Order: sequence, then structure tokens, then C-alpha cells
Amino acid sequence: MKQVLGDRKSILILIGPALLVYTLVMLVPVVWSLGYTLFEGNAIVGFTFVGLDNFARMLTDARVHEALWFTIRYAVVITVGQVFFGYLLSLLYVFVLKKSSGIIRTLAFFPVVLPTVAVALMFQKMFEIAPQNGLVNEFLNLFGVESVDWFGSSGSAFLVIAIMDIWRSMGFYGVLLYAGLVDIPEDVLESARIDGASGWRLVQHIVLPLSLPVLLSSIIFSINGTLKVFDSILALTNGGPGTSTSPLTIYMFQTSFTYGEYGYGSSIAFLLTLLCLVVTLFIFRSSRRDLTKG
Amino acid sequence: MSTSTLTAPARPQAPAQRRPRRARWLKKLPTTIIVALLLIVEIYPLVWLLLGSFKTNKEFLEEPVWSLPASFNFDNYVDAWTTGNIAQYATNSILAVFPALFLMLVMGTAAGFALEVMVWKGRNGVLLAFLTGIMVPGQMILLPLFTVYFQTGLTGTLWPLIITYTATGLPLTVFMMATYFRSVPREVFEASTLDGANILRSFFSIGLPMIKNAIFTVALVQFFFIWNDLLIALTFTNSTDLRTIQVGLLNFNGEYGSTNYGPLFAAICINVFGTLVIYLFLNQRVQKGLTAGSVKG
Repeated sequence: MKQVLGDRKSILILIGPALLVYTLVMLVPVVWSLGYTLFEGNAIVGFTFVGLDNFARMLTDARVHEALWFTIRYAVVITVGQVFFGYLLSLLYVFVLKKSSGIIRTLAFFPVVLPTVAVALMFQKMFEIAPQNGLVNEFLNLFGVESVDWFGSSGSAFLVIAIMDIWRSMGFYGVLLYAGLVDIPEDVLESARIDGASGWRLVQHIVLPLSLPVLLSSIIFSINGTLKVFDSILALTNGGPGTSTSPLTIYMFQTSFTYGEYGYGSSIAFLLTLLCLVVTLFIFRSSRRDLTKG
Repeated sequence: MSTSTLTAPARPQAPAQRRPRRARWLKKLPTTIIVALLLIVEIYPLVWLLLGSFKTNKEFLEEPVWSLPASFNFDNYVDAWTTGNIAQYATNSILAVFPALFLMLVMGTAAGFALEVMVWKGRNGVLLAFLTGIMVPGQMILLPLFTVYFQTGLTGTLWPLIITYTATGLPLTVFMMATYFRSVPREVFEASTLDGANILRSFFSIGLPMIKNAIFTVALVQFFFIWNDLLIALTFTNSTDLRTIQVGLLNFNGEYGSTNYGPLFAAICINVFGTLVIYLFLNQRVQKGLTAGSVKG
């Protein structure tokens, strides 16, 4: 039996195709991209070796700094927003709506499945000022507030991006955290209630510590996703006004395909990959330490 | 609405039930308001979008934004579908997404089986190699792939999309499939091999049927990921007639969107309500699947 489950030929037939495609289309290109970072040029005009010039250029390129700073700011704000509102939703589901939360969960979840481009264009029209007011400005006018040119300054554009991405995904984190919250044993909650804990005190001292592991994994997932944000911002603001809402992903895309600088583009992609790797490892390690402590 | 609650026998150990009706109603009010607010915030934008898709340009410019359309005619949809090329873009999306889904699921399920059920040296290393693929941003593989597709003459077809989608979807598929196979008792496969079945046969005739629900779930999850993708589609579609629906919609906005509101709204609606219909019928499964695949972020 061991022999059958360890049959080399069968193993090769089963995993071979997946491993081959994965290696050729993902692993090799990653290494290849690393190679590109040492060159200048593109597939059409050819490449010249420049050593570490691309990295030196990144150190002084104000646009890279801007994009890196935006990426980090975006990841932090959106992660906090998504997980915070998701957590509020999950508390609402578990402790207020209880058994009847199914339909609300389903309704709050659905923006997740909508195409990002479509959602972004919808928000673009909702926050529009010219040629005519969108929903939001019209609503503000009702209260006597003047229309705001939301996409005219980087601060308000960032706000719209944040609102959109939190709108899109809080239902998702609501369900994810809900799954963690319903796992808290009822008798633990009951005994805390008997001890006189209720409302926010119950959440603060019992629910929050017990749901810390699932909160942490939500944060990891969220950071991992938000660092790579591309389509929602591209479709909503196209990185503007100017370049003030361009994350590394969009800057990399423009460098590579608008300006045809493969080497520099790969260097930016490498910076992004490094960022993802460091953040993942960092959170993974700190979360493991916490778990062993508790 | 009130009589039934009044005459209903009070449940034991529920002191709230004995309070006067108004107090209970007041106590429930904040919850009702919160839930109502939540639903308005989540759903009203889509209602607004849908109503807008029936409006004429004149209505857009002259009526307030929350006005109802004067009539429900489908001119905007016809416009978007034909002049706006959405029909062509949707076809491209279907032609790229479904072959990729099929390939990814076949390879991913087989790999998941080999990694979880079968016993061999180095399988942990291979699983880890697949897992790191979930973390790598797409930008890290675009340029070499672009070069290769260009040099092999695949640019100008939908193959770059199919190949790239298959490969980028594999890590998550393998990971999820391995997880599902872990929950199938090993005895099942051991018993079938004792009965003399070849391991490949027990994969096809026992393994696959046992997790066909899981395969369907993963298929749904990956469908949403690929269907909604912009980065890969934008990189590898160099001509108008290859655009997927997302790239098409983005360009539609740039080309006609600033003047032709109705058709743009209709185009967004086609895109949105396509996925929404799937969600309406399969929402529980989609929720489970997407949260199980949340490692992707």
C-alpha cells in the first residue's frame, strides 16, 4: 500500500503539469525579472548592462519615494479601515442580530464579488463635480454645503479611494471575522456575563482577546492585498491628480509599458515584492510569538 | 404586527419580554437604524447605477441625480452592447477565463492530491514553493512574460491571458485543494488501493467525486478573481478586439464616458449584474469559498 501511495510515476503524472506550468510561468519570470534589474532598455531596443544603477536611481527618484509612501499609507489606512469596520459588522452579526444575521451578512458581502473596474467607475460618477454633480455633491448641496472637487486634490482623492475600498471589502472581513467570533465557546461568554461583564466591557476583556488570532490573520490578508492595489486606483483616479495617488504598482506599470524601461520597472517590482515579503514575514513571526505566549 | 407579539407566550428566562412594548421597541431602534443605514450604504449606489442606466443624456443633465428615469427603455444597453463593443469584450472574457479555469482546476486538483494524499520526499518543499506564489505581486512576472509572448508570436491572441491566468491561479488552487484533500480520511484511498485500484484510478474514481463540491467552490472563487482581473488583461491585450470586459469598460469610460452617460452606466451595469446574478444563486458557497481563499488578500 505504501508503495502504491508512493508510486513515482503516478506522482509525476499528477503533479508534473502543475509544477511545470508554475515553474515556467511564475518562478522563472521572477528570477528573470531579478536579472532585468541589472539592465536598461526593453525587448524592442535591446538591453545594456548597467549594474546597480537602477537601484541607485531608485534611492534618489522622488516619484519612487512618493509611490512607496503612498503604498504604505494606503495599505495602513485601508487595512485598519477594512478590519475595523469588518470587526464592527461581525460583532453586530454575532451579538446583536444573532440567528437572523444571515441575510444581512449576504447583502453586506456582495460588493466583494463586483468587478473592481465597474465599482471604481461607479464611485467616479458618484463623486463627480463636472459636467454635473454626482450623488455625493448633490447630497452635500442639500445641506447647504458647496460641491467638492473630490478628484482635484490628493487628500480628497485619497479619501474617495479609501471610502471605496472599505465599502467594497468590509462585508468580506465581516464574514471572515464572524467565522472566528462564532467559535468563541458560549460558556466562556456566559460565565463572563455572570461575573457582570456586558456590552463594551465584555467585548474589550473577553471577545477581543479571544478573537485576536483571527483579527491578526485578517490584518495579514488585508496588508498582503492592499500593498498590491492596482485596478481600483487605476480605474478611479488613474494615479492622479498628477501622480499623487500612484502606488508602486501603477508607477511600475507606467515605467515599464509607457516609457519602455524594463530594467527600472523590474527594480520597482522588486522593491514591491520585497515589501510584501518583509511585511508577511514580520507579521507572521510576531503573530507566532504572541500565540505561544498566550 | 403587535398583537402576535403580545399574545405570544413569554419565553422563559427572557426578562426583556416582560417589559412594556414601547421600551422593547426603543431598545431595538438603534439596531434597526444601524442595519437600515448599512443596507442603504451598501445597496443604494447600485440602485442609483441601475436607474441611471435607463436615463437619457438629457435627463442626466437636467434632472437631479436621484430622479427616476422617465421610462425604462433599453436603448442605452443596446448602445453599450453594440456600439460600445461590450458584446465583443464579454466574449473575449469568456474565451480567456473558462479555458484558464479548466486547466487550472485540472492541474491544481491533481497537484493537491499528489501533495496531500501521496507520500514522497520533498512534498513539503513543493507545497511551500506553491504557497510563496500567492504572495508574489503580478508586477514581478509581467515583463519577462511580455517579452516571451512577444517573441513567440503569441501576442495578438488570447493565449497570453489563458496561460498567465492558469499559472497565477495555480498557487491558490493547489493550496485550497490540498486543504480539502486533507479532510478526506486517508483510509478511503488506502482501502481502494487494497482493492487493487491503481492510484491514478482511485484519484479519478474516488478522489475527484469526493471533493467535487470543493472543486466547484474553488472554480467560483477563481472565476471571480480572473473575471475581475485588470492588471494581466491590460498588459497582454494590445488590440481593441482582444480586450476583456474590464479593459473594455475602462477604455469605454475614457472614450465615451465623459459625454455618453447612459451607455456608460449601462455598460457598468452589464458588468456588475453579471457577477451579481451568480452571487444571488450561490451566495453561501461564494462567501465560504472567498473567505477560505482569503490568503490571497
